[in-house]
Amino acid sequence: MELNSGDTAWVLASTALVLLMTPGLAFFYGGMTKAKSTLNMMMMSFITICIVSVVWVIYGFSMAFGSTSDRGWVGDFEWSSLGGSVNALTNNGGPYGIPLLAFAGFQLMFAVITPALISGAIADRAKFLTWGIFVTIWVTIVYFPVAHWVFDFGDKAEDGTITGAGWLAARGVEDFAGGTAVHINAGAAGLALAIVLGRRVGFKKNPTRPHSLPLVLIGAGLLWFGWFGFNAGSALGANGLAALALMNTQVATAAGLGGWLLVEKLRDGHPTSLGAASGAVAGLVAITPACAFIAPWAAVLLGVLAGAICSLAVGLKYVLNFDDSLDVVGVHLVGGIVGCLFVGFFGTPAVNSLGLKGLFYGGGFELLGKQALGAFSVLAYSFIVTLILGFLLEQTIGFRISRDAELEGIDLTEHAESAYEFDTYAGGGTYGGGTTTLKEKIALNTADEEVPA
Amino acid sequence: MKLVTAIIKPFKLDDVKSALEAYGIQGMTVSEASGYGRQRGHTEVYRGAEYTVDLVPKVRLEVLVEDHDADSVVEVIVKSAQTGRIGDGKVWSVPVDTVARVRTGERGSDAL
Repeated sequence: MELNSGDTAWVLASTALVLLMTPGLAFFYGGMTKAKSTLNMMMMSFITICIVSVVWVIYGFSMAFGSTSDRGWVGDFEWSSLGGSVNALTNNGGPYGIPLLAFAGFQLMFAVITPALISGAIADRAKFLTWGIFVTIWVTIVYFPVAHWVFDFGDKAEDGTITGAGWLAARGVEDFAGGTAVHINAGAAGLALAIVLGRRVGFKKNPTRPHSLPLVLIGAGLLWFGWFGFNAGSALGANGLAALALMNTQVATAAGLGGWLLVEKLRDGHPTSLGAASGAVAGLVAITPACAFIAPWAAVLLGVLAGAICSLAVGLKYVLNFDDSLDVVGVHLVGGIVGCLFVGFFGTPAVNSLGLKGLFYGGGFELLGKQALGAFSVLAYSFIVTLILGFLLEQTIGFRISRDAELEGIDLTEHAESAYEFDTYAGGGTYGGGTTTLKEKIALNTADEEVPA
Repeated sequence: MKLVTAIIKPFKLDDVKSALEAYGIQGMTVSEASGYGRQRGHTEVYRGAEYTVDLVPKVRLEVLVEDHDADSVVEVIVKSAQTGRIGDGKVWSVPVDTVARVRTGERGSDAL
């Protein structure tokens, strides 16, 4: 296999597109929080770019995609620190004409955004230091192994033998761009952390109003834009499969937006802008696993279904009493499951010769069974491990900020900043001065009272 | 002297201001306020969850006037702020002991 400059260019461009999704997510989530906690919400996304990029180079990529030896659960450490790979080409279930480092960079962006997605479940109340430690451990024991299960198709030798494929990939679970490893994974982890950290003060009594819907819409727009890299880039080439993924992504997202608004119009009488942004993201999530396995007309159907189902699923937290603040479960977990299972019904080799026939194409329950195995094994693993990890962190260094700090606003108590300066007479201040150090003064921002059990 | 205070709908402020200027009032103080009377708040909806806003945004307008002007000023405000729908607001006046102009130190009616 020779290096292919067209394929390589597309994967490099896609890498940048997918990176932009994480700041986009920061806007999407940041607009939905209160004005006094929006910076913390956005910082939870930005810090994952920092942490995951570093551990990815040291050992993360190798844990996810190291496949010289036969291991279905987690990769080996052959590529630790990525030093000797500059001239190597990608081999993931077969040779690709793109550099290994382009593949590693592309996959890094998936590893970055997955923990960032979780942060929406614990808005307004997580200690920033503990969040950073959580992200480091979580990607190591949850994301890297799960990415190996789903995305690592093994090292294919010239005689056709494959070594080191992930156990779900080897079983033929069809997840083109990460419905399981990214969205179900993050959704299940979000549910676990929402349970560990508990409900915010005033949950169900004082509904929290998004402080900036324009910010939410900017974020949704950036996510949509970046998602073309996420889905079409996953073809790892500039080819027909990438074009199929791109078209499916567009129509499913558009239909998801419409599906959510339709439910709102019929149920509440008014289509909302938050509903439009949420429906678009629900469509994006659902099409992610399916984007190169179904026909575009089926992608429209999937989008409408995902928008409608997710718009109903976000109400679950009020019934079941868990404070998944920004609906990571209702959108990412539920949307991911809808998309994964949809492939089992509508998958067709007519659009992708690598795909199997779904139930409606005469393939029986075989593919649907594989899809269910992929979705629910990732859900179970992520939920259980995250629950234990979150609980251990809460019991040792503490995960939740104090009640007073939460009421005062986490931006002030964790970051010593305010998102907005309205320049009123009440906002006047002085520059420096006094005898105590800056650090001592900032420490006074934080109240020390513990949250009552 | 009397202090006339009016709580009115924000979008009626321009009408009230013009009417008072036409009457001959030379100054006023306006501030943003929120509250409710017979008009309760409104309901918003976010991802299907209801959010009831109890306190409705209003404008509070304050005018210092001579005793003999008070009733007419109240009348002018009521007429110009009226839409006839619930939530139009209230106007009241109270006696004032002393008024002083900060710049010159003038007292009483001269300070108006």
